[in-house]
Amino acid sequence: MDTNHTHEAHHAVPYKTYGIILAILLFLTAISVAVTQIELDSLTVTVAIVLATIKSALVLYYFMHLKFDDIILRIMVIAVIAVLALVILITLLDYIYR
Amino acid sequence: MSQDHLTHAEHRDDEASKLGMWLFIFTELLLFGGLFVVYAVYRYMNAEAFHLAHEELSVTMGTINTVILLISSATVAMSTSAIRLGDTKKALILIAITIIAALVFMVNKYFEWGGKFEHGLYPGSAELAARGQGEVLFFGLYFFMTGLHGLHIIVGLVLLTISYIGVKRGTINGESPVMLDNSGLYWHLVDLIWIFLFPLFYLIK
Repeated sequence: MDTNHTHEAHHAVPYKTYGIILAILLFLTAISVAVTQIELDSLTVTVAIVLATIKSALVLYYFMHLKFDDIILRIMVIAVIAVLALVILITLLDYIYR
Repeated sequence: MSQDHLTHAEHRDDEASKLGMWLFIFTELLLFGGLFVVYAVYRYMNAEAFHLAHEELSVTMGTINTVILLISSATVAMSTSAIRLGDTKKALILIAITIIAALVFMVNKYFEWGGKFEHGLYPGSAELAARGQGEVLFFGLYFFMTGLHGLHIIVGLVLLTISYIGVKRGTINGESPVMLDNSGLYWHLVDLIWIFLFPLFYLIK
């Protein structure tokens, strides 16, 4: 038997938290659109990917509750993302330096 | 163990349900991750063609859809708070807003794809074939990845609708909100994928 009740009780994240995160996400979207409209050449890709990564981290951490959940979930998510990043990196290295 | 636990007849494990949902989300991340690798490699090999093809996409349309998804993600997250605070009415309104946002997203997608079809841009079209291999690859990936994402929007719509009915009937409540939580998680996944699809297809030059 788990203590479902006590878990849920302090899981109610204030609306304000979600509101602030939404505002930040919209702001980052505006920046990424604005930045890619000006010519930065190869830097455009980097900026767009970095901003998307920050946005996805916010979604994972706050909207998907990783901040408030058990640490085991955080570890699993980081492990999966690490595997994914490694696969992408190795494949790209192969193509770029072939 | 307290008295009220003994009176609970149904067997439930919310933590396990959530863990199961996350495991499913991992498979989704790997699925789209694989597609992102394909995109990255083909983009690297056909930089010029991808740049030309990307000009065909409307940044305005993409931005509107991004904003819609971000807002809907926030509203479904808020609904999981509302249900815990016992505010069923607010939870229902927030889920309804999310569902409407999902529908608006799909309507936008319909017009977006329809516009491309009108210009003769669809997989296997003569117009596309005339433009060469690179653009065939770009639009192939564009239609496949945004199409697969659209399919996820539809699944999310179904899950959110089931959650809405559950909240309305009282089977999803502050004591047992896991169905709504998991639908929310799925909806955030849809948002998460779009956060990468948007810059890759619409923004990067």
